[in-house]
Amino acid sequence: MSVWREAGLVAGKDLRIESRSRVAVSQILPFGLIVILLFAFALDPDRGFLARVAPGLFWIAVLLASLLAIGRAFQTEEQHNARDGLRLAGLDGAAIFLGKAAAIALELLVLEAILGTGVVLLYNVSVHGIGVLLLTALAATIGLAATGTLYGVLAAGIRLRETLLPLLLLPVLAPVMLGATRAFEDGLEGAPGDAWPWVALLGIFAVLYTAIGVLAFGPLWEES
Amino acid sequence: MPLVVRLRSAVCLLGRFPALAGVDLDVHAGEILLLAGPNGAGKTTLLRLVAGLVPLYSGEAEVLGADLTLDRRSARRHLALVGHETFCYDDLTVRENLRFVARASGGDGGTVDATIDRLGLGAVADLTHGKLSAGQRRRLALGTALVRDPELLLLDEPHAGLDADGRAVLHEIVAAAPGEGRTVLMASHELDLARALATREIRVDSGRTSLPVGGPA
Repeated sequence: MSVWREAGLVAGKDLRIESRSRVAVSQILPFGLIVILLFAFALDPDRGFLARVAPGLFWIAVLLASLLAIGRAFQTEEQHNARDGLRLAGLDGAAIFLGKAAAIALELLVLEAILGTGVVLLYNVSVHGIGVLLLTALAATIGLAATGTLYGVLAAGIRLRETLLPLLLLPVLAPVMLGATRAFEDGLEGAPGDAWPWVALLGIFAVLYTAIGVLAFGPLWEES
Repeated sequence: MPLVVRLRSAVCLLGRFPALAGVDLDVHAGEILLLAGPNGAGKTTLLRLVAGLVPLYSGEAEVLGADLTLDRRSARRHLALVGHETFCYDDLTVRENLRFVARASGGDGGTVDATIDRLGLGAVADLTHGKLSAGQRRRLALGTALVRDPELLLLDEPHAGLDADGRAVLHEIVAAAPGEGRTVLMASHELDLARALATREIRVDSGRTSLPVGGPA
């Protein structure tokens, strides 16, 4: 079986589990919306200020919600020791990495679409440069999912996983936060040309961590 | 008969504790070998070593022709382990769990329905794992092993949690294994039940096999 077919099998399994358990819809999405709402309460009620900082607030909300999605992707493997079942099946480590990362990325893209709509409505943001925004979201999401899957397996099997994962992951994701926020700012300010270097940074980050994940996930998965 | 498992002075560490402290073991094709011994003797670790789920610290280990010190993955494709846990997903149905395992192991899932019938799980085939009773879960765990059509079947306390019907199903599967080209290595505390099935028995104690390496009786 090819790596791509194995990856599709793992992604399909993870997405089916999420669609049936509804954890993403009933917990992760509401969490992201609450974060956005709290920012609106906590910061200046002047909507002009909120609109200016909206890109940063949006990506902070996505980042925090992604921690839940990544933790959940590995929690399902802990129940009933399903991880050993996957290992016994002899699936390629790269395929498991790609499948899990793809499932997380799809969940995050849906989450971003809904949170983005919430930000536009709540913070009174005018949307410009939709092409740049979409490319930024895609590259940042792939980077988030690849890095999260790689660090998720590092923390898998550790009793303090829930607290360890953010500690490991958040500093590494700082370039994604920075690049995505700046690219969104440039796009929304009607200067998409200024956003391309940031989109390129996000693309390089995504390719780099996907490559590292393909190479390193298998041995880490074996020993986790 | 060809060797399916060959261990020599096999040592496995759990942390710094030697869970296996120099095991010698030969398992021949078509055998049903019982590992007997008290709690903490190392039976589960021995099965997990053979399954390639724990690393060998020192010694030699060959399973289905693969040297476990070099490659723990290739032998796994031809063996299955029924452990204390089911290795299944709570939010997938019986049928979905079996289909996933079959496909992940390189099959097409064509044996899933037959396996469900053989295990008597037809009435709960579309229930999620999370809604099954303990006994039904144990049967499903057996099913996940069978859909992979393994050459080597590893059973860790296979009678645990099974009612009389479940035990009858288990016994039918184990007794039929040699005829289906399978070798069985099982660890059990239910010695009377397990001895009725086994073609040979060895004792494991304090991480060692206490009888010499041997062939089938």
